[in-house]
Amino acid sequence: MIRSLSRLTPVLATLAVFLAGFIACSLVYPNFASLRVVMNLLTDNAFLAIVAVGMTFVIISGGIDLSVGSVIGFTTVFLALAIERWGVPPLMAFVLILVICAAFGAAMGAIIQYFELPAFIVTLAGMFLARGVSFLLSTESIPITADLYAHLSEHAFRFEGGSRLTVPAMIMIAVVLAGMVLLHLTRFGANVYALGGSRQATALMGINVARTTVLIYTLSSVLAGLAGIVFSLYTSSGYSLSAVGVELDAIAAVVIGGTLLSGGYGFIFGSFLGVMIQGLIQTYISFDGMLSSWWAKIATGLLLFAFIAFQQFTLHLARRSRRAPAGVHP
Amino acid sequence: MALRLPRIGTSQIVALAVILLANWVVSPQFFDIRLQDGRLFGSLIDVLNRGAPVALLSIGMVLVIAMRGIDLSVGAVMAICGAIAASLADSHALPVVLAAALGAGLACGLWNGLLVAVLGIQPIVATLILMVAGRGIAQLITEGRIVTFTSPDLAFLGGGSVLGLPTPVVLTLGMMALTLAIVRGSALGLMIEATGGNPRASALAGIGTRLITVAVYMWSGLCAALAGIVASADILGADANNAGLWLELDAILAVVIGGTSLFGGRFSIILAVVGALIIQAMNTGILLSGLPPETNLVVKAVVVLAVLLAQSPRIGGHLAGLGVLFSRKKP
Repeated sequence: MIRSLSRLTPVLATLAVFLAGFIACSLVYPNFASLRVVMNLLTDNAFLAIVAVGMTFVIISGGIDLSVGSVIGFTTVFLALAIERWGVPPLMAFVLILVICAAFGAAMGAIIQYFELPAFIVTLAGMFLARGVSFLLSTESIPITADLYAHLSEHAFRFEGGSRLTVPAMIMIAVVLAGMVLLHLTRFGANVYALGGSRQATALMGINVARTTVLIYTLSSVLAGLAGIVFSLYTSSGYSLSAVGVELDAIAAVVIGGTLLSGGYGFIFGSFLGVMIQGLIQTYISFDGMLSSWWAKIATGLLLFAFIAFQQFTLHLARRSRRAPAGVHP
Repeated sequence: MALRLPRIGTSQIVALAVILLANWVVSPQFFDIRLQDGRLFGSLIDVLNRGAPVALLSIGMVLVIAMRGIDLSVGAVMAICGAIAASLADSHALPVVLAAALGAGLACGLWNGLLVAVLGIQPIVATLILMVAGRGIAQLITEGRIVTFTSPDLAFLGGGSVLGLPTPVVLTLGMMALTLAIVRGSALGLMIEATGGNPRASALAGIGTRLITVAVYMWSGLCAALAGIVASADILGADANNAGLWLELDAILAVVIGGTSLFGGRFSIILAVVGALIIQAMNTGILLSGLPPETNLVVKAVVVLAVLLAQSPRIGGHLAGLGVLFSRKKP
């Protein structure tokens, strides 16, 4: 019991930071602690949370995916062009873009696996490619006027007091739950953890490393595509410069959520909390009205530092306790 | 070692020559250089001038990557130092301005170096912190505005010329010569390569790996500061949002094109600068050819992929000559 609790310490720490932050905000602004703010937090950060779920898989496996922001940008442009210019029905366009993203992710995963290249630089090339192709498709912002978009943005669970659980938020919650099931309850999830622990040991155990690696990057790109769909629902437009730098926000969220960047350890729920903490900072700044948005970057940087230092500290403790004589721990 | 170095560089030099020739094909006056008001003008000079910031960054980055590290913060450090230089330029003398900006760069490098060497944080994460927060700090300095200045002294660093060459080019050459003298003129370069190859063995062999790591990150910060000053001086102002945006990626790309393996180990400063010139020559070529500038990113992606595949342990093997010896490790 104590062992499993200590395993959860980083996530609990993130949860504590989120709750403390929320309470602090509520004390400063009495209107803050309302269902409306919480629902807006979910809607405004839906796309980021979806990407962060995919990023969690990648980072736990010991890799990194820098291409997700560009994939979101590409997705919004592709959707806008497909629906508005080429006359593709929206649902068909959604399926198409998810297939394209899956192929893109699989290709990156295959290059990383079969050419033994660092994920960092391969996904960097993917980032250039996806952004470049979306620039080539269109450099202007294209509004999407399809009926489905208007319908989906109207559709929401309404609560008392005017707060709404919107479609993007619902998709996001579904993705987070599905991600938790996939990572914590399936064989694929166990393989992802194993990969992050040690590639070699994983291969020796008879796990198909190549298949798992390709699947992980495919999953990340598909989720980025889904995030792109959500982003286009949220903004009702497609723009090749949208979601620039989202990969950094996602990585920051994953790290704040307690996942080790060296792989082998982490939780989806932590990443979700990491996204919510970033959203909380944004919301506080917009409530304040006097603070400038650059404080968000500094605060995120400080949080990153605090959590990484905390991780190093706990790792240090773990290493020390491992050196203790055998038999001390049950 | 000394015998092998020229052989390694041929492919980069050939690549640069091919790109320059391609530029000449799309724009026949590419190699025309004329002297006007004591300064050289022409597309070729333009490539050198525009490529200076990335070349400066790559001088620092190549050392960091040789230590099996990476410095993602250089773009943000450029923004910070550019902001400092621009906001001090009109009220202080040039030496004070330069000292403040370069000092800030060194401080940023010290922070990165301490996180990596003392706290033992992975380089990609450690420098991510400053990459995220750095732009915020730069905006804090400029108070969210685009700070402009009129000081001719600082402007000279961006738009002036020394012996006909634009100052950024001279500064880059100077920085390259200085770095080469320090790193290759002493055993330091060897120690950096040893640390990148195998940090534990190097530490056991008596190399002060911690000190070298911190020093290398500080040097990268210094190069980024100089690049930031040049970028600021060039536009007579500081834009905290856009100064040096994504240049860290270009610098890493330049180093990779220059043949330095991301797995650490052997490195070449000159080839990294050549890599930066290759990137800039491609940019200029695409602009000259009349293709939409948007093609730039796609071309860049294809080039990265091609270089990577050539470097891949699977394909390149003895071609690249690097990487095979080292186990698969994240950069």
